[in-house]
Amino acid sequence: MTKLAPVLSAHWDEKDSFTLEGYKRHGGYTASAKALAMDPDAVIQLVKDSGLRGRGGAGFPTGMKWGFIPQGDNKDHYLVVNADESEPGTCKDTPLLMANPHVLIEGCIIACHAIRAKHAFIYIRGEVTHVVRRVNQAITDAYAAGILGNGVDVVLHIGAGAYICGEETALLDSLEGFRGQPRLRPPFPAIAGLYARPTVVNNVESISSVPAIVNNGADWYQSMGTEKSKGTTLYSLSGHVVNPGQFEAPLGITLREILDLAGGVRPGHKLKFWTPGGSSTPLFTEAHLDTPLDYEGVAAAGSMLGTKALQIFDETTCVVRAVLRWTEFYKHESCGKCTPCREGTWWLVQILRDLEAGKGTEADLAKLLDLCDNIMGRSFCALGDGATSPITSSIKYFRDEYIAHLTQGGCPFDPVASTLFAGAGA
Amino acid sequence: MAYTDEDIQIMESIIKRYPRPRSAIMPLLHYVQSKAGYVTNEGIEVIAKVLQLEAAEVTAVSTFYTQYKPTPVGEYHVGVCTNTLCAVMGGDAIFASLKDHLGIGNDEVTADGKVSLEHIECNAACDYAPVVMANWEFYDNQTVESAKDLVDSMRAGNPKPPTRGPNKLVTWKEASAVLAGLNDGLAHEGVQAGEPTLLGLKLSKEGK
Repeated sequence: MTKLAPVLSAHWDEKDSFTLEGYKRHGGYTASAKALAMDPDAVIQLVKDSGLRGRGGAGFPTGMKWGFIPQGDNKDHYLVVNADESEPGTCKDTPLLMANPHVLIEGCIIACHAIRAKHAFIYIRGEVTHVVRRVNQAITDAYAAGILGNGVDVVLHIGAGAYICGEETALLDSLEGFRGQPRLRPPFPAIAGLYARPTVVNNVESISSVPAIVNNGADWYQSMGTEKSKGTTLYSLSGHVVNPGQFEAPLGITLREILDLAGGVRPGHKLKFWTPGGSSTPLFTEAHLDTPLDYEGVAAAGSMLGTKALQIFDETTCVVRAVLRWTEFYKHESCGKCTPCREGTWWLVQILRDLEAGKGTEADLAKLLDLCDNIMGRSFCALGDGATSPITSSIKYFRDEYIAHLTQGGCPFDPVASTLFAGAGA
Repeated sequence: MAYTDEDIQIMESIIKRYPRPRSAIMPLLHYVQSKAGYVTNEGIEVIAKVLQLEAAEVTAVSTFYTQYKPTPVGEYHVGVCTNTLCAVMGGDAIFASLKDHLGIGNDEVTADGKVSLEHIECNAACDYAPVVMANWEFYDNQTVESAKDLVDSMRAGNPKPPTRGPNKLVTWKEASAVLAGLNDGLAHEGVQAGEPTLLGLKLSKEGK
């Protein structure tokens, strides 16, 4: 049995955990003092040695990303923190920032030192007013205490409702004051990022993991997790479970273990399908309960660890309805820059709407898969790729359910049964 | 409405946050919403002027982002999450009942100007599903009845407080000022975390 390992979440149960005082009570800002006394390259090496990988979804080694920033180039360097948490199912950075914004600020100071940047930007989604307040106040308090302003400035930038801005190059365009549309890579942000300057873009959880690594060492971090997926991380469990919530555990824990901790699927029901890392990661079923939830384990089973957003759906849920809704989301959020994604997501929605209403034919399933094939890998960013994940995986595991919509001339499920208010056993 | 010298000074201070002025477009649009309630033509012109851009360039940015409203919203803007997980768990039923209860559709405002309604996408609170937002504050674990009570309290002029947010729900304009990066001094109010956020930590302390 994997034991939980709260590091990021260790002190969230203290009422003032979000204040400077609350943060300092547990060694807050000792890691940045330690890091600032180190050679920047040594800080990068420490993060490389820790094995920390990006927690925003892609899992790219954080220290290696920092190492890509050219040195001695006489250009301004920038750190940009991606706090535009919007991937359906993902809900880890938002509670982290509400409970402890200072750990992110301390991580920014350390990362800026390592990559020789003077400016960090925190790009936070605009639909979380109270989280904005908490982060803004933490920045203000850190300046007043002389923690910021002595070599590092942190600027809070607030988004305005666009999922695409969670894509790092769209985020940079948005931060520069344009419509948030992805850029063609290369050049990568490490060479030409914000204002065409060398830029590191990291997720909130990645940067927030750094202070503990500096204080406790790379070996300590390496001692948790699996062979290639080191450390602890936040798993966010939601949906048809008895007790949803945040579970910080070493990488490699399984859904079966997390479900046990959460009291299981709601009484009288059983697991039907789930996402390992948000709606852009191919669906899993009961067959994947024992898949190690690390980067390699999930990939080997045909999906992606993504943001570790475990959305659980029981047998009352119509998979066609679920997939249609996600597809409508991707259609709405497609920025329109690349044709395969812009046009393709609209086609997908039209076909899925017909299928859900029982108006399609079995040939539409082949058409859906063909469309997915023509969207996948054909745009600047991965939004369109993500849109295909729930479709292809649901047809793979639940083809019969699509067919049932056609033979019955509509959806065979009662939507009331899947609501929380339907009550246990409904 | 006219933009006063003080407004312009605040806008200049927002611009100064950034190495390059154009980066301030988004907070300035939030600021315009805090003054006018939505993105007015006048607001676009003022932003264009302070940033030395064409109005069309500012409009191009404004129309890309769904939080910038081209028409007035209510004093309390209510968003019901109808992305898959919330929808399945009750969001669809909540949204349908609110439309019926208020007699308005998606993106519409009640005649008294108090409440507007919008179906929203995932708001990063899935462990609190079904989720309703008001002026982008969290109302967790909603039901059809609790959501109706919430909008009734808004129309009565005494809105129920957010689940995880300040002690009192601020207005749309006040919330827009917060999103422009202005500090309203309410960060210390409300819980640091809700129960689901703390579940793993609690179990860990029990030796799990």
